[in-house]
Amino acid sequence: MAFTSVADFFAMGGHAVYVWSAWGLTTAGLMGLVISTRLSRRAVEADIRRRVRRERSHS
Amino acid sequence: MSAPATFFAASSRWLPWLWSLAIIMLLIGSVWGLAFAPADYQQGNSFRIIYVHVPAAILAQSCFMLLAACAVIFLVWKIKLADMVATAAAPIGALMTALALFSGSVWGIPTWGTWWIWDARLTSMLIQLFLYLGVIVLRGAFASRDSGSRAASILALVGMVNIPIIKYSVDWWSTLHQPATFTLSEAPPMPASMWIPLLLMVMGFYAFFTALVLMRTRVEVLRRESAKQWVRLLLNIVPERASSVHAASVQAKDERH
Repeated sequence: MAFTSVADFFAMGGHAVYVWSAWGLTTAGLMGLVISTRLSRRAVEADIRRRVRRERSHS
Repeated sequence: MSAPATFFAASSRWLPWLWSLAIIMLLIGSVWGLAFAPADYQQGNSFRIIYVHVPAAILAQSCFMLLAACAVIFLVWKIKLADMVATAAAPIGALMTALALFSGSVWGIPTWGTWWIWDARLTSMLIQLFLYLGVIVLRGAFASRDSGSRAASILALVGMVNIPIIKYSVDWWSTLHQPATFTLSEAPPMPASMWIPLLLMVMGFYAFFTALVLMRTRVEVLRRESAKQWVRLLLNIVPERASSVHAASVQAKDERH
């Protein structure tokens, strides 16, 4: 362990702003991509179902 | 079975393994890098940015090379799956490039005393970001999908010129940015307790990237193959002739006999 306490860990020796903003934005970016991919999967499936329903009501 | 359908079935078997591998490596790498690796004797704890900066930058390059490989496969052999992979991967590459630039800038403030200089490495990475955005925009800028795919593929191939420039920029114009941490010929210039977590993060990013590309390609496959029978069966949409409850029950009875 490179730190003596939890507070020490979060302080990052005075570099907290830099370390946590870089790590935070990276984590948020990666998570955001996973979430947006899941949402687009759901949207595509809903779109296919809608189209099939429309095709059937016309035939 | 068509290539996209085969891909869809195979990738669903790979994905759980890839996600597990990514999560395990990223968790161990993060905890090790953030809390257990020793502080740098010159930079203190700000050096811990390396554990997100280097993997993001490496993936930014690898993803561009993937786009170029897909471009060749699509343009030469007209394999549409390659174009779907490129469509799925481009936004991830753009994000990785943006993250590498951001984490680098943030790291530059305490280390170099500036968040930006027009250093060759930084400038060529910024050009890379614009290339990614160009590839994404071009793909959607045409009325026909095929024209968009072709234009995006050609830009990805032209953009490959930038890859060696990024790689060798730190050697050709030696200004502020430090040279590569990992090389094939030499041991990393840092203790093992520092570079092992970095290696874990890089491999974790690769696993994460692969899983995400597959996941996004699957969405693209569904989108483009939405009229195909296999997609409708997959989504549990009953065939046309059995659309009413009555027809379905009649069919079920028929099958029992």
